[in-house]
Amino acid sequence: MAAAAEIARAGSGHRARIERRRQMLTASLSLPALALLILLFALPVLRLMGLSIEAGTLQWYQKALSESLYLQVFWATFRIAAIVTAVSFLLSYPVAYLLATTSRVWAALGFVFIVLPLWTSILVRTYAWMVLLGRNGVFNKILIDLGLTDQPIGLLYNELGVVIGMVHVLMPYMVLPIYSAMKRIDPSLIQAAEGLGAPGSRIFLRIFLPLTAPGIYAGCVLVFVLSLGFFITPALLGGGHVMMIAVLIEQQVHEALNWEFAGALATVLLVATLAIYGLTRGLMRGAAEESA
Amino acid sequence: MRPSELARGEEALRDALPPERRKPADPALSRLVVEGVRREYGPVRALDGVGLAVEPGELLTILGPSGSGKTTLLKVIAGFETPETGSVLLGGEDITAVPPARRNIGMVFQNYALFPHMTAAQNIAFPLEMRGMARTEIDREVVRALDLVALGGLGERLPRQLSGGQQQRVALARAVVFNPRLLLLDEPFGALDRKLREAMQLEVRRLQRRLGLTTIFITHDQEEALVISDRVAVMRAGRIEQVGRPPEIYERPANSFVAEFVGESNLLFGTVGARKGDDLEIGTEDALTVIARGEAPAGARVGMLVRPERLIPGEAGRGTVNLFRGRVLETVYVGSSHKFRIRLDGGRELLVRAPAMAERGAPAVGDGIAVRFAPEDVHLFRQE
Repeated sequence: MAAAAEIARAGSGHRARIERRRQMLTASLSLPALALLILLFALPVLRLMGLSIEAGTLQWYQKALSESLYLQVFWATFRIAAIVTAVSFLLSYPVAYLLATTSRVWAALGFVFIVLPLWTSILVRTYAWMVLLGRNGVFNKILIDLGLTDQPIGLLYNELGVVIGMVHVLMPYMVLPIYSAMKRIDPSLIQAAEGLGAPGSRIFLRIFLPLTAPGIYAGCVLVFVLSLGFFITPALLGGGHVMMIAVLIEQQVHEALNWEFAGALATVLLVATLAIYGLTRGLMRGAAEESA
Repeated sequence: MRPSELARGEEALRDALPPERRKPADPALSRLVVEGVRREYGPVRALDGVGLAVEPGELLTILGPSGSGKTTLLKVIAGFETPETGSVLLGGEDITAVPPARRNIGMVFQNYALFPHMTAAQNIAFPLEMRGMARTEIDREVVRALDLVALGGLGERLPRQLSGGQQQRVALARAVVFNPRLLLLDEPFGALDRKLREAMQLEVRRLQRRLGLTTIFITHDQEEALVISDRVAVMRAGRIEQVGRPPEIYERPANSFVAEFVGESNLLFGTVGARKGDDLEIGTEDALTVIARGEAPAGARVGMLVRPERLIPGEAGRGTVNLFRGRVLETVYVGSSHKFRIRLDGGRELLVRAPAMAERGAPAVGDGIAVRFAPEDVHLFRQE
């Protein structure tokens, strides 16, 4: 009896060992990718951060966080990111709704228009916007032809142009998560609400919108975080008049050759981004628990 | 259901409910009539001229296999589907074109369709809020509804924190809390295990009687239909085959589809021969002679149903009619009874259900066996 139990125990121990080994083997498959990421991404970032404190003082952080010029750049970056996120959301929600509710053929066609820009170089798209938004661009021509203005209005090399370009580039990141949240809603919930006496507006506000909240949250975080670090679009459409943090960092690296300061700016941006992410996540959780 | 039956058990509830929650003064307002309803999906005719009347306070079950159109019919009644022709009348008013939100019909969905982001109490409060009821009144009604389905104290839970049976109760409470004119239940017990399902069947039935709710219940489970209903409507391929009280459906099915779909059956087909007093002599397709009580002209093609429990195993005295001999093919012991599949000498197979016998007394596979049944235990129906 005791011997049999011993064998059984040894057997189960053996099985557990085999199971562990298999798990390690599976995990080891990700090693090449992990090594690549560490080598090409994590190390350079850490190196840049390291540069900022190489002198052994926090002087570069002091400069970044005390001089009003740089604080203004941070402020502009977060403001533009917030505006881009808000505008993207307002434009994307109806688009996602249309895609989620239309027939399969129209949805497929719609997706082509959503995804196609993602396959096009961001540089090409940004230059295209420069053509469209310029003083003699298509938009100004239309506005003048319609008699809405007699002078071309400034759509380029200001915050408006930057916001327009960024919204265009980032909208797919907002549409897709919202679309998938809408698709996950059980249609019988909408029928149930209808049968219980809810008019369309109430169904939307009480059932549909809350159930798409996770998709809205995911889309907003994605767009906001991507906006914070956006470089090409603000650099080209802002034409040096709109200073966002990524543009400033690039200037420090390429023109001022001040890598230490660039590292400090990058670190501040990273920390601020993570802080905002953590905060909104906490709020989101809190809201979910409140309704629980 | 007869009105006298209906009235019973309602007295207690009258006292428990506030005046505005009592049944409408005129119960005829909840009489449902469906007339000539057709609904097609492309080439598929989901509903092919359905007519039905549900009396106030009655629980009518629509029973049918999947694809028979029963869910489509429910959706037409609820207003989620518009029929191509035909009409739906509730309390004499044509509601065919009325949107679901204004029909005042309570519905329990197959998957319950509870709002996942709202607590049980918020779910139940939803229809009351949509009717603009005052907050204090809503809170009172919600507590009452939770108590009604024995969920007092669980109001603050989210649907995902409740068991299947509890979610079911929330869905039921939400469907009745606003005092609907009609209650629709779409296969509500499909996801529950057998024990819980049987308990819920009785509970729904009690609740329905207490509230005097006109109710349409959808199921593909014939046993459930017999247990829960005042009347059963059997559907096939978009048509209603028969409507009747459960014993009528079981004992006197209108055709072989109903006979086979409801319960276990032995079906024989034959031609009416000579009349012998009250009985008819019928020659079957497999050359058996069956004596059956009933009326049919000589030469008519008829179907005959003999339920397995009406077949009596064992020999009998002289002059016994409908006595057949054969061998046991298969025996199934189901606790309270024994089932035998037997093959008659002519090749015909019959199903016999007998009260459980002592184990050594029961016939074994391969044993010779005799079975008989009385002429009045044969149900005759016209053969389509």
